Amino acid sequence: MQLYGTEINSRLMLGTAQYPSPSVLAEAFRRSDAGIATVSVRREAGAERGGAAFWNLVRDLGVTLLPNTAGCHSVREAVTTAQMARELFDTNWIKLEVIGHADTLQPDPFGLVEAARILTEDGFQVYPYTTEDVVLADRLLDAGCEVLMPWGAPIGTGLGLTNIYGLRTLRAQFPDVPMVVDAGLGLPSQAAMALEMGFDAVLLNTAVAKAGDPAAMAEAFARAVEAGRLAYHADPMEPRDMAAPSTPVIGKAFLS
Amino acid sequence: MMIEINGTMTEVRADTLAGVLDELGHGDGKVATAVNETFVPAAARGQTALAPGDRVEIVAPRQGG
Repeated sequence: MQLYGTEINSRLMLGTAQYPSPSVLAEAFRRSDAGIATVSVRREAGAERGGAAFWNLVRDLGVTLLPNTAGCHSVREAVTTAQMARELFDTNWIKLEVIGHADTLQPDPFGLVEAARILTEDGFQVYPYTTEDVVLADRLLDAGCEVLMPWGAPIGTGLGLTNIYGLRTLRAQFPDVPMVVDAGLGLPSQAAMALEMGFDAVLLNTAVAKAGDPAAMAEAFARAVEAGRLAYHADPMEPRDMAAPSTPVIGKAFLS
Repeated sequence: MMIEINGTMTEVRADTLAGVLDELGHGDGKVATAVNETFVPAAARGQTALAPGDRVEIVAPRQGG
């Protein structure tokens, strides 16, 4: 899979937050086979040096880092956060979040497009956290985004793909744009479904980090993603309303 | 002078961003900075003068989703 010209060997992208411990995080990443890890920037107190410890941890994971602008509600805040993240993580990649609603963590579509344009012009390669809205997707592509990250459901809910119709429409509308279903996934079956529908990858965090056994759940997602992609390429059958016997009718013994 | 560092009013002696970072123990720390909501690259910290009441943000790599 190519994202902004970079070959990524895994269709599972994993967040680094909320794990019970750094060692559980590392084990979850090992078993997930994830190719990309999301990270953030947060305030640092002088003597704390928490940033350096975390930096060493994620560097050792051997994955590509995708910093985010999580929690930003304005364009200015998101742009400044992206610029700080670029310097800290030494990457032009940014997962752009401009949050518009406190309860649903729904993206602010207007701020998202504006920030995506500013960041693209500043040399960033933007991964916008968006909805399944096709008009918004079109605007984001116009603003210079080459990858889209539609939500499955609101962040942290684990509800899965709540608008199958909308996601299917989005996928069909822009068949050549790499798309990552980001946020709202709770179960491997939901990730498999996203891949079966033709999405290129999934990004999740809470579903693994908050599982009773994060490492096992990470592996479960890895297998689901692989199964989903395989099924997509295998050209699934069309569903139908009426039953159709799978065992041949001809040749059945006539017994009354 | 009093400036705001990560949301807390703080008395500092230095008058440049680089000086304040040293004073607070960040020195060679892995941090990025913004002053009054505008990003300041590491290379510009030495020439970035601070005035009383300026808002300084100092951030580091952290867990994210």
